[in-house]
Amino acid sequence: MEEREIKEIETDLLLEAIVRLYGYDFRNYARASLNRRIQQAVDKTNCATISDLTARIVREPEFFQRVVANFSITVTEMFRDPEFYKVLREQVLPYLATYPFIKVWHAGCATGEEAYSLAIMLEEEGLLERATIYATDFNEDALENARAGIYPLEQMKQYGSNYRQAGGRGSLSEHYHAQYESVIMEAKLRQSITFSRHNLTVDQVFGEMHLVLCRNVLIYFDRTLQGRVLRLFDDSLVNSGFLCLGSRESLRFSDTAAHFVEFVAKGKIYRKRTVP
Amino acid sequence: MNDFPVVVIGTSAGGLDALRAVLPALPVKLPRSVIVVQHRSADADNFLAEFFNDCCRLPVAEAEEKELIRPGHIYFAPAAYHLLIERDMSFSLSVDEKVNFSRPSIDVLFESAAQACGARLIGVILTGANADGAAGLQTIREAGGLAVVQQPVGATAYYMPQAAINAGPVDYIMELAEISDLIRKPPCPKNTRKY
Repeated sequence: MEEREIKEIETDLLLEAIVRLYGYDFRNYARASLNRRIQQAVDKTNCATISDLTARIVREPEFFQRVVANFSITVTEMFRDPEFYKVLREQVLPYLATYPFIKVWHAGCATGEEAYSLAIMLEEEGLLERATIYATDFNEDALENARAGIYPLEQMKQYGSNYRQAGGRGSLSEHYHAQYESVIMEAKLRQSITFSRHNLTVDQVFGEMHLVLCRNVLIYFDRTLQGRVLRLFDDSLVNSGFLCLGSRESLRFSDTAAHFVEFVAKGKIYRKRTVP
Repeated sequence: MNDFPVVVIGTSAGGLDALRAVLPALPVKLPRSVIVVQHRSADADNFLAEFFNDCCRLPVAEAEEKELIRPGHIYFAPAAYHLLIERDMSFSLSVDEKVNFSRPSIDVLFESAAQACGARLIGVILTGANADGAAGLQTIREAGGLAVVQQPVGATAYYMPQAAINAGPVDYIMELAEISDLIRKPPCPKNTRKY
């Protein structure tokens, strides 16, 4: 049997073991990029094969927790895709401003950079006091970083440039305090965001939202899991609520597509239809 | 029988001119899919795909996530995303960390292509100024696929093809016109190993 066939079987067994022992379900993740992360875990832990990795995961819960943290994608930045944030600020926030209170769900927030970006925009538009931001991820380590709101100072130059391109009204540095080589986000921002654990593959709707952001998460899922997650967002959103996806993601192939209209094509922002 | 339904190409500095010598010469009804990673800046638009769509006989587009790969089509990895191939011959995108300072990375495409296609794959490294793709080309060859590298002497940037050659045995070191011919009419896979 070819090596790649063997790896395929080993991967199936690994994912089966993980879901049965720990409840994390990666079986409907897009395989190609998951394969890379599994191979990285094999290399990093000095295992010879995926089967070796599985054996340790099955017997050592602490080992599993370390490995699983590396299965989630924590690559993110503040005001990532500035053009998107500009559209959000100029075209979506004016609608949200008409509500007496605003509930936002940022799904797959990783270490929180984009959740803070959103909070900064809401603050600058005078909407933060009325807003509740739920930012969720399955990776507890990433959430811990997000709650702390501490980021390396050296990244702020890039983020500041993104912020200006995104239509920032002042200076990004007004929203954090710098000390030594780090910055901490303003207390007001940190308090406005509830960071909590939620796993899109298994968990349910937890509230009624006016805005759902989930960017560059669906690309990691197969069609089946994409469908599940999009239904979750559909069920979470109020009528006329907004759904924002990543620049390369779309509703095109999902059965929830009929429940939404394209609000801004370039920003991949959709609006839920009003049920007649 | 089609021994090589998929061709993956990686290039960086000088890639536009090199690809102009390879892609427009490909004939309509080519029974292969050609998938290209060209390094470029994260905020690049889809100029590349549009440019080649205008000068190629085959349809050229940026790859969409979950899109099924079709023969007789040329695909480019979109800027700022890694492009990967799944076992069911569809595309995946990812925003994972950069690999070899690059996203899209040639290694990421090549390694996933080797896992998806096994021996039924041609990997090509063209001009470029970093070592991305060298490891991926070896992975392709180890899985039984054909490893092809542009002749570094005369390439706009010799570093990338030279790095691919230094990383291990390859099957062909060729000029651009020969590479285009090879994509049109690949040799029978089993009889051509030179090393």
